[in-house]
Amino acid sequence: MIRLALRQFRTEAIVGLGLLVALAVVLAVTGPHLVSVSDAFKSTCRAAHDCATTNPVLNSDKALQSALPFIVAIVPALVGLFFGAPLIARELETGTFRLVWTQSVTRKRWLAAKLGLVGIVAMAIGGLLTWMANWWASPLDAVNQDRFGVANFSLHGIAPIGYAAFAFALGVTAGVLLRRTLPAMAVTGAGFAAARVAVTYWVRPNLASPVRESLPLSAGSGPGFLYGGSQGTMNFNAYIQSGVPTPGVGQVVLTAPQVSVPNGWVYSTTAVDKAGHAPTSHYLFQACPVLKQFSKPQASAAQLQACITRLTSTFHTLVAYQPPSRFWSFQWAEMGIFLAGALALCGLTYWWLRRQYA
Amino acid sequence: MSAVLEADGLGKRYGRKWALSECTLIIPAGKVVGLVGPNGAGKTTLLQISVGLLRASAGSIAVLGGRPGTTPGQLARVGFVAQDTPTYAGFSVADHLRFGRWTNPGWDAKFAQGRIERLGLDLRQKAGNLSGGQRAQLALTLAVAKRPELLVLDEPIASLDPLARREFLQDVMEVVVEHGTSVILSSHLVADLERACDYLVVLVDSRVQIAGGIDELLASHHRLTGPLRDRDALPGDQLVIGESYTDRQRTLVVRTDQPILDPVWKVESLDLEDLVLAYMTRGVEQDRRPKLAVRS
Repeated sequence: MIRLALRQFRTEAIVGLGLLVALAVVLAVTGPHLVSVSDAFKSTCRAAHDCATTNPVLNSDKALQSALPFIVAIVPALVGLFFGAPLIARELETGTFRLVWTQSVTRKRWLAAKLGLVGIVAMAIGGLLTWMANWWASPLDAVNQDRFGVANFSLHGIAPIGYAAFAFALGVTAGVLLRRTLPAMAVTGAGFAAARVAVTYWVRPNLASPVRESLPLSAGSGPGFLYGGSQGTMNFNAYIQSGVPTPGVGQVVLTAPQVSVPNGWVYSTTAVDKAGHAPTSHYLFQACPVLKQFSKPQASAAQLQACITRLTSTFHTLVAYQPPSRFWSFQWAEMGIFLAGALALCGLTYWWLRRQYA
Repeated sequence: MSAVLEADGLGKRYGRKWALSECTLIIPAGKVVGLVGPNGAGKTTLLQISVGLLRASAGSIAVLGGRPGTTPGQLARVGFVAQDTPTYAGFSVADHLRFGRWTNPGWDAKFAQGRIERLGLDLRQKAGNLSGGQRAQLALTLAVAKRPELLVLDEPIASLDPLARREFLQDVMEVVVEHGTSVILSSHLVADLERACDYLVVLVDSRVQIAGGIDELLASHHRLTGPLRDRDALPGDQLVIGESYTDRQRTLVVRTDQPILDPVWKVESLDLEDLVLAYMTRGVEQDRRPKLAVRS
């Protein structure tokens, strides 16, 4: 039965493998160049004691840099579309299921062989591709320090193995339910995209409650933190609606300095008092009358600074974030979610085939 | 007499519509059985249930004493060629033979190879490029080379030209002679069945109208032509299957095991086509009659 599954999968497997090898060659040829650019910059900047400037590696192979995340994100969907959707739908469409299901192989074994073989190939493709892309992009990742970021997370580690398995199973299930390859492909594409978006934006942030840490509002750097943006100075964003501010009309928000956690995931940075409340506009206008004249020339920087100093005694920065050490547990969890989804879909396929066709 | 197929109250429902209902049927072993009936009689549904492709919604069925399609052993004992003889368009003829070997432990490679050679099929040719007749032959080869005890053929000849049809049926009969396989063959081409089959089942609206050996059927059915006369005047052992009238005379199709001695009747023998038609007509008429009489 495995031999039959292999034979039927031959064309798709050859095409898939060919594309993967082509990409591997491109990456293998261009990858070492990135490393050398990055290393060269690092040694010269250390010698010149000026490493704050942008690493030129971020500007090498620009086309590939922007294409690669797209490729890594789209390949699981393609696996679902071209490996998954036709796998059984084509048999139902052409009537060959009546041929293969009346040979001396039970439907359970037939399904297990097909799902097992192609599913493992799908997962291998997802894993290999991600590994290749991560290897290629490692000099970039070292500079960007953002692999826990919402977009980057999905392109690293082992989660893409789960995506590929899920997309494949979704394709198979859609094909069995719809009995037509093309509609099944459309449903697979849409369903996979929806699942990815839902998990990325609704499930992943809630997998573990974030670490909450308080920092002085004016502090230079807390343990393990870098202050981004204006390097320790305070930013007041005064949103004064309706043009010229008049007392009682405008609104002002006290924003905390942006905190960045290298390779971590910052949910929010807020300025709050000891009870955890953010200051109201009313409070801020009272505490800092200068804000009312913010748009007028006489609202000097010195007045504003004095006001900030007053506020720092009452308010502090609260950072909610996932530390980089949690990266792999999040990866395992996300892969697990998608693998569980894939298994559930395989179960649904088996149940449906039994119910519909004996 | 052991049965290759025993159905009891068998039914298959799609939504609210029954494709097959209350089908009770026994098909004896060692026969080439022709299953005839009008379109929608439930032939295909019955055959697909018998090979395990469909699950019955009601009743029970035993094929060679086992539940259809449940175990590799049961699957191996039944060979099936589906309507319009599906094959893998992208597979070559040789691929199909490999397919048969991979999926059937009892695969008879020598027979399959020999048959393909005899048919003059090119092993490298893709099944998608074969003619309808060649494809049917390929499908039959697959079904036979797995060495089944029962061969189920669902209208395999419907799409073939007369020559290909005849060759196909000849091949089926060869297989029966060589291997002693039982065959169930559905068709609405009665003339073809007459050539190949020795047992006939007429199915109308899921119900068996008549089942029996073709020779016995032909011997026990007659066409009587005579003057208009009350039907009750016929002896009790003559079952009227069909009747038609003209102004002056009346034609009956009757079934009886006794010789018809009444000189009023002109007695003729029936051919199989007329016999099947008489039963089909009767089945359809029975079906149209209300099931319950309404009391006034």
